[in-house]
Amino acid sequence: MAETHKHDAWSRDMFKIFKDAGVTLFSYIPDAGNARLVELAEEDNEVKTVLLTTEEEGVALAAGADLVGGKAVLMMQSSGVGNCPNFLSFVKGSNFPILMMVSMRGDYGEQNPWQYPMGEAVHPILEAMGVLIFDVDRAEDLEKATNAAVSAVWKGGKSAAIVLGQKFLGAKGF
Amino acid sequence: MSDNKLNRVGLLPKIFPDHKKFLYVTGLAGPARDAAALTDDGDNMYTMSGCMGAATCTGLGMALAAPDREVCVIAGDGELMMNIGSLATVATQAPKNLTICIVDNGGHGETGGQPGHTAIYTDLGKVAEGMGLKNVMVVTSEDQVADAAKFVASGEGPRFLVLRVAVGDPTNYKRDFNGAECRVRFREAFLNG
Repeated sequence: MAETHKHDAWSRDMFKIFKDAGVTLFSYIPDAGNARLVELAEEDNEVKTVLLTTEEEGVALAAGADLVGGKAVLMMQSSGVGNCPNFLSFVKGSNFPILMMVSMRGDYGEQNPWQYPMGEAVHPILEAMGVLIFDVDRAEDLEKATNAAVSAVWKGGKSAAIVLGQKFLGAKGF
Repeated sequence: MSDNKLNRVGLLPKIFPDHKKFLYVTGLAGPARDAAALTDDGDNMYTMSGCMGAATCTGLGMALAAPDREVCVIAGDGELMMNIGSLATVATQAPKNLTICIVDNGGHGETGGQPGHTAIYTDLGKVAEGMGLKNVMVVTSEDQVADAAKFVASGEGPRFLVLRVAVGDPTNYKRDFNGAECRVRFREAFLNG
């Protein structure tokens, strides 16, 4: 609970922006960085949370929702970005607008050596598959970056990832 | 490969006689050709030719975002096996308006007919039950086809239907391969229809 309370304020801000934009599906693989956001979605009876088995399912889920005019956001830890590239063909090949929220590991202050390989690959993978990146390293950037990503996706027709760095989230101790 | 006798060509029209009732998404390769022939590549169908493993969760997204419409996924055994965990995701959500129809030929027809897991020990009907899907039907012969049509037309979803078909060519039908065009076509038909 300490982790979710630590992330309460910005999670509320982000949830409100997503909800105001019309997002009704919040798919996720659990991570400390998205735990509070998922709780907020679970507490809201106008939206649904969708627990995935692997992150790329959330790309497909968002594409399916888009086909019928719905809006979804996919929330995952940075390691999950490595599971997504093939399904991001929906973005680069077929122009589906997909919104992701990535909470970083293998980044500033990381103590677990297993997290670095994928942490360092997040930006190159997203760029390779045509996903715009909106980095958040400071609390004051959160709202602007979230609004910019939402606009890029559902007004601009692009795909975007809000990437929350460990300068912003803090690093886990081992 | 499978020793089943069920012929896939002409099979889907017997199971989905009222095909306009559904919104469809297909996986890649042979099942996409069978499905496109069913609707004559209609604007109620989104066919894929890549993203192997994506069909089930694409259909789940459609079903959750359009709860008043019946949604059907048509995909092959290899496509489903690549993201078999998606059945757990479907089971947890349990959308009443979702049908998953697997054309299971026990192999990879598109790449030369190499055997797949379902030709060896893997039983997709049991897998689906184990994942938590309640309504499962496995069709192995022609005399079950009428019941399969009833299964998809009635009862509560999510429904999981496995068609254990014979090895052989899929329906000879060339669909639109342009995923961006198909997206626009599908959305316009759905949102303005």
